[in-house]
Amino acid sequence: MGFELREIHKHFGSVRANNGVNLSVASGELHGLLGENGAGKSTLMKVLSGFHQKTSGEILVDGESIDLRSPADAIEHGIGMLHQDPLVFLPFTVLDNFLIGSPGPERLNRRAAARELATLADRFGFSFDPDTPTRRLTVGERQQLEILRLLWLGARVLILDEPTTGISAPQRLKLFATLKELAAEGMSVVFVSHKLEEVEEICERVTIIRAGTVVGERDLPCPAAELVELMFGGEVEIGERPVVGLGPPRLTVSDLTVRDRMLSVEGFNLEVAEGEVIGFAGLEGSGQRIVLDALSGLRSANGGTITVNGRDLTKVGYRGYLDGGVQFLPAGRLEEGLVAGLTLTEHFVLSSRSGAFLIDWEGALAETVEGIAEYSVKGTPDSTAESLSGGNQQRLLLAMLQDNLEVLLMEHPTRGLDIESAAWVWEQLLRRREDGTAIVFASADLDELLEYSDRILVFFAGGVLAEVDARTSSVDELGHLIGGKVTS
Amino acid sequence: MNFADLWKRSRIGIIAVALALVVGILLLLVAGANPFEALGVIIDGSLGSSIRIGDTLMVWAPLVLAAAGLLITFAAGLWNIGVEGQITFGAIAASLVAREVSGPTWLIVTLALLAGLFGGAFWALLAGLLRTYGKVNEIFGGLGLHFVATALAVYLVLGPWKRAGVASTSGTEPFPRESWLPTVGSTRLSWLAIVVAVASVFGVFYLLRGTRFGLRLKAVGKNMRSAFLLGIPTGPYMLAAFALGGGLAGLAGAIQATGFHHKLVPSISGGYGFLGILVAMLAGYAARWIAPIAFVFAMLAVGSTLLPLKLGLDSSVGGVLQGVLVLFTVLAQGWQSRRRNRADEAALGPPEPPVIPGEVG
Repeated sequence: MGFELREIHKHFGSVRANNGVNLSVASGELHGLLGENGAGKSTLMKVLSGFHQKTSGEILVDGESIDLRSPADAIEHGIGMLHQDPLVFLPFTVLDNFLIGSPGPERLNRRAAARELATLADRFGFSFDPDTPTRRLTVGERQQLEILRLLWLGARVLILDEPTTGISAPQRLKLFATLKELAAEGMSVVFVSHKLEEVEEICERVTIIRAGTVVGERDLPCPAAELVELMFGGEVEIGERPVVGLGPPRLTVSDLTVRDRMLSVEGFNLEVAEGEVIGFAGLEGSGQRIVLDALSGLRSANGGTITVNGRDLTKVGYRGYLDGGVQFLPAGRLEEGLVAGLTLTEHFVLSSRSGAFLIDWEGALAETVEGIAEYSVKGTPDSTAESLSGGNQQRLLLAMLQDNLEVLLMEHPTRGLDIESAAWVWEQLLRRREDGTAIVFASADLDELLEYSDRILVFFAGGVLAEVDARTSSVDELGHLIGGKVTS
Repeated sequence: MNFADLWKRSRIGIIAVALALVVGILLLLVAGANPFEALGVIIDGSLGSSIRIGDTLMVWAPLVLAAAGLLITFAAGLWNIGVEGQITFGAIAASLVAREVSGPTWLIVTLALLAGLFGGAFWALLAGLLRTYGKVNEIFGGLGLHFVATALAVYLVLGPWKRAGVASTSGTEPFPRESWLPTVGSTRLSWLAIVVAVASVFGVFYLLRGTRFGLRLKAVGKNMRSAFLLGIPTGPYMLAAFALGGGLAGLAGAIQATGFHHKLVPSISGGYGFLGILVAMLAGYAARWIAPIAFVFAMLAVGSTLLPLKLGLDSSVGGVLQGVLVLFTVLAQGWQSRRRNRADEAALGPPEPPVIPGEVG
């Protein structure tokens, strides 16, 4: 079954994530979709799979225009998407996950479903125990389960969004073999990635997206340099790692234990020197966030000590950490950081540490104008936080940080930002490190981790699986570690 | 601002009011009345004489106080449904002073108003503590406490504070004259009630507009998580909002007891708490619209009492008209925000900001 996208526009407020995209994939074709982070690939695929509704444009399946209002609509038309983080309910069993979302009568026929699951799994050489909770499955196995589920629901167009993040090398080989087999049977497969080698390895054709529009389409094989130029617009900068002499320890964590309902991290140790940058790698939910929460005082430690500049902050609570010069910028900029509905001026007033009862609005306005200029925020003092684009929200958050921080904690500092904004954010962060601020950040972007960290801690299932030197590590090594595989 | 701008900005409100009028007229026709005659009766009944104006203003004052207090809790993102109970408890506290304290009028009245203020604040703080430390949603906590306060009032009226010889739900023995709010001429209008109500509107306006406290409160209301991360102690701020909002509601109760009924009656709140919620919603949670909207509501409430006499209609018509007005306004607001959402977010279901790519294009 082939499909075609015509002039797809998808706008989020003022942000144009897709700006007139055309894409056509024939039946039986393995088609790659390349582009850097934030280019608009995932958004486009979410439009095709009914997750987002297009702002304008047309979707055709087998030459027929269709209207998709939900993922259920899409699968009814034979379009299924495997999301970057497989959409499984972790506490559910394999069979429950397989059944969920299936249409039909209220009464579930578990035995028949289990049989069909087994048949499908056999065909591709997968094996599942239907009664295992999916939590115990590796990411690769969760993916396999999702693929089988989509096939069972009748998918004839299969979209895979960055499917190789966090799966092991054998699983990747198996995935690729499966995809080739499916394509041979007439399935249209769209393989979304920012990894050139993988697209080259399995795709026959590739479309390159940059800044929300298609910038080129090529048959593979094709010279890699050409693809890189299309992806980045001919300007690939490889950042020079600044050499900063590390000072005495700023942040010392010893034998930290933190727990939440799902996960516990035990016996975590870390020493961060003045001006040092530590990266936390790992799949979402492997323990990075709860450690960052503990380090910022948002979550009280269940054991161990946290000291900043030799001062024990373990028991002081979040505001005690703020007073001690420790600040945390979580990933959800509008959820945990900014206040939607309040203006930039109001944000600057809120972040100032003044205790005066009455607000000096004129002074605040002057301060805001200054802050906007210094941090090049594209907005006015009266703009509300939610009207800013992601990059500008991050600029605003950086502008609101205290001046002389001891420790800065961040989660996904450049997620969703375009390359220029991301570079700008890191420029600011590196300037702070030169002032001696110790930086700890979690990221899913391996290139970012490798480029800006001094050391990288790889989290897996609540523990630190490995600590690597960012200077000598590679995307490949990190990718394997994140999937839980220690290469010797 | 030129006329076109004004129309563009307020057309939703104008359409809502027009629709409400149309439906109101239809309802009156169904009830067998001439709508314009009914409207005339309401206007005459509420503004026709100095006595009637006085009565209208005495409805206006507690309504404004309740609505102003609600603006504070709304700003903090709290649904203070318990406002009725806070009015009642404020009235009980003021009644205690009026009954038990003797002295010159200025002293008793001051003490009674203060008792109302603190009584309402106390009752609201109970809901606040349940919310912040007991994880009880303020809607349910407030509703429960409302029933407790009403039951307490009934108990006092029929029990310890009953009239000599007879226990009647028509109320306690009237308070001594010295505890009545001073009135203007032969009307029931108390200038003190008006002063207190006007001061509350200005106070709330400046609190929310010009103070750090007000801004932080708004931040807590709009996004508690971000507010906490910005270093605002969210629990104490919510409690403060409850105390202030409840305090103003309690003042309304004190005015009901010492300025209007001059005794404690079981339904001392007069429904002004719930009506205040509607006023606040209709005002779009903006302090400057509270006074005029509350005035229209007071007119409807007072004027419609004449409808049974003059036109043989039920006096609940006034309440029905208020309800219709609110429903259409809320509907219009909902419609507007839905359209706005449609315009920038075509996705079904809740929007998910994390996937929004940065400055693309």
